[in-house]
Amino acid sequence: MNKTINQKAWFFVVPVFILVAFNAAIPLMTVVNYSFQETFGNNVFAWEGTRWFKQILLSERFHAALGRQFAFTFIILLIQIPLGIGIALTMPKKGWGVPVCLILMSMPLLIPWNVVGAMWNIFALPDIGFLGHSLNGMGFDYNFTQQPGDAWFTTILMDVWHWTSLVVLLSYAGLNSIQPAYYQAAEIDGASRWAIFRYIELPKMKKVLTLAILLRFMDSFMIYTEPFVLTGGGPGNTTAFLSIDLVKMALGQFDLGPAAAMSLIYFFIVLLVCWVFYNLMMKNEVQS
Amino acid sequence: MAKITLKDLSHSYLENQDSNADWALREVNIDWKDGGAYALLGPSGCGKTTLLNIVSGLLKPTKGSVLFDDKDITTFNPVERDIAQIFQFPVIYDTMTVYDNLAFPLKNRGLLESEIASKVKEIAEMLELTSTLNNRASGLTADGKQKISLGRGLVRSDVNVIMFDEPLTVIDPHLKWVLRSKLKELHQKINRTMIYVTHDQTEALTFADQVVVMHEGQIVQTGTPVELFEKPKHTFVGHFIGSPGMNILPCEIKNGEVNFSGKKIPSHKTIKKSNFNRTQIGIRPEFINFSNNGIPVKIKRVSNTGRHKIIDTESSGGNIKILSNSSTEIPSGSAHITFNQKYTYVYEDNWIIE
Repeated sequence: MNKTINQKAWFFVVPVFILVAFNAAIPLMTVVNYSFQETFGNNVFAWEGTRWFKQILLSERFHAALGRQFAFTFIILLIQIPLGIGIALTMPKKGWGVPVCLILMSMPLLIPWNVVGAMWNIFALPDIGFLGHSLNGMGFDYNFTQQPGDAWFTTILMDVWHWTSLVVLLSYAGLNSIQPAYYQAAEIDGASRWAIFRYIELPKMKKVLTLAILLRFMDSFMIYTEPFVLTGGGPGNTTAFLSIDLVKMALGQFDLGPAAAMSLIYFFIVLLVCWVFYNLMMKNEVQS
Repeated sequence: MAKITLKDLSHSYLENQDSNADWALREVNIDWKDGGAYALLGPSGCGKTTLLNIVSGLLKPTKGSVLFDDKDITTFNPVERDIAQIFQFPVIYDTMTVYDNLAFPLKNRGLLESEIASKVKEIAEMLELTSTLNNRASGLTADGKQKISLGRGLVRSDVNVIMFDEPLTVIDPHLKWVLRSKLKELHQKINRTMIYVTHDQTEALTFADQVVVMHEGQIVQTGTPVELFEKPKHTFVGHFIGSPGMNILPCEIKNGEVNFSGKKIPSHKTIKKSNFNRTQIGIRPEFINFSNNGIPVKIKRVSNTGRHKIIDTESSGGNIKILSNSSTEIPSGSAHITFNQKYTYVYEDNWIIE
């Protein structure tokens, strides 16, 4: 077959090219630009090489924020994934309960993030908030604005409330796609409930769970709005996660160079973790 | 090992049933002997899978009872019934090896590790899976996976019956034949009751000694493949089995004589009854011959399949298909045909008049 050669066809690619350039490449390049230079405004730049990168990588402030970030993400994954699977397993498979459960589960996902932060802020206020007041009434010394432990507890609780639903919905979809024959075969094979979960449900949910973990990792690793509204990173810096710290550096201190370098490092950490995790999960998958 | 009896079984998936159409199964009575090979044959939606799931205990019938060796086990679950079932799509445990898949039903029943190992080895040998025992089951082809499902049924020595629910649906055509002969061979070797559900007449007729034909939730005929072919008791059987199926033509019965398009047709039985509802005559394309006089037909189309010719004709009473040797000379234009009396049956409301 003779291929028609028509170089004008490249024009069809132009819209996509422009779109990608403006929404990703150019902004990212700006950040790259800042990360290697020093600026004092007025478009005056001075070349700094890798100085900002070295500074960030060696800074204790960054290490602390990164440590807090990993701890937070690890804890919420540890809670949300099993809890999400557990809830999905107990949800009804048919009847009027299905829409009711699905709508209830979707609710938290539909609330704007700053509203979630504000809601939990008020909800947890030690003197007037329902949660804060009740906890204190029960004899706990609870004050998330003053005590780091309480601030962490509240932030984690808020995130679990906000995002477990996503894991539930994904797991539920995964569970529903399992052919009834699998359950019937397991019943005939005399499998226990645990064995059904371990050998049928969990393997069949692997793909959606990989997706759920990736999404929850990325979202929680980049979390900003909710803790910003709830605790503002405090008390002290105890809940200042990476993005909160980054914004402080970029907009609070106007250290654009180090902030740009930190953004890139931040971005590469997310990319690297996702890549490693995805490849580990998919290592044994058969190409089908 | 058990004899299986189904007594007055009816099943409906609905809470309330108003008409026959609300029943997935109606008044099913079957006796299956121990060690036999049986097939349940019928089109999609005729109730054969429902019937199978009732026998295996995955479904509880709305009415009637299931007996194994004359013991009522209607309320028993599949484990208590000791049955094995192979499904349409190969069911395997993806994360386990082939060995662990085969060992799974035995482990669940608490057998000793050494017993399990010898059992699994024996079955793997029988199914030619020995070389892949340590591979992950998810990497196998569809027929390999289906062999595993089959193996999980065979590995238990105590099963009362092994049931197959259209097990070859997802298997490649050239492997279908191989697996089918494997099943037949296994049946002869282990001599256990096997029930095979299918909508494919070739599968049913080659596998089973006795075929149960189902239509709209009812059993229309039970018999050997030859009986089903030579003497269909219901027009559905005539139509469904055979390729092309039986010619079913409207006819009139007067004074014990069968009249089709103005001609008297000799049938294999004399009819004593009078006052009929809708009556039809049934004749297989194989049993129609050309002759000098008889029913006048117009030849419309002749298709040669290589082994035989299928002739589409038109008579004043309806279209008639004829099957003849590919060497037979086919008259062109118009011709006369006669029906072989021995294989000409008369049906009233689709049921044979005997």
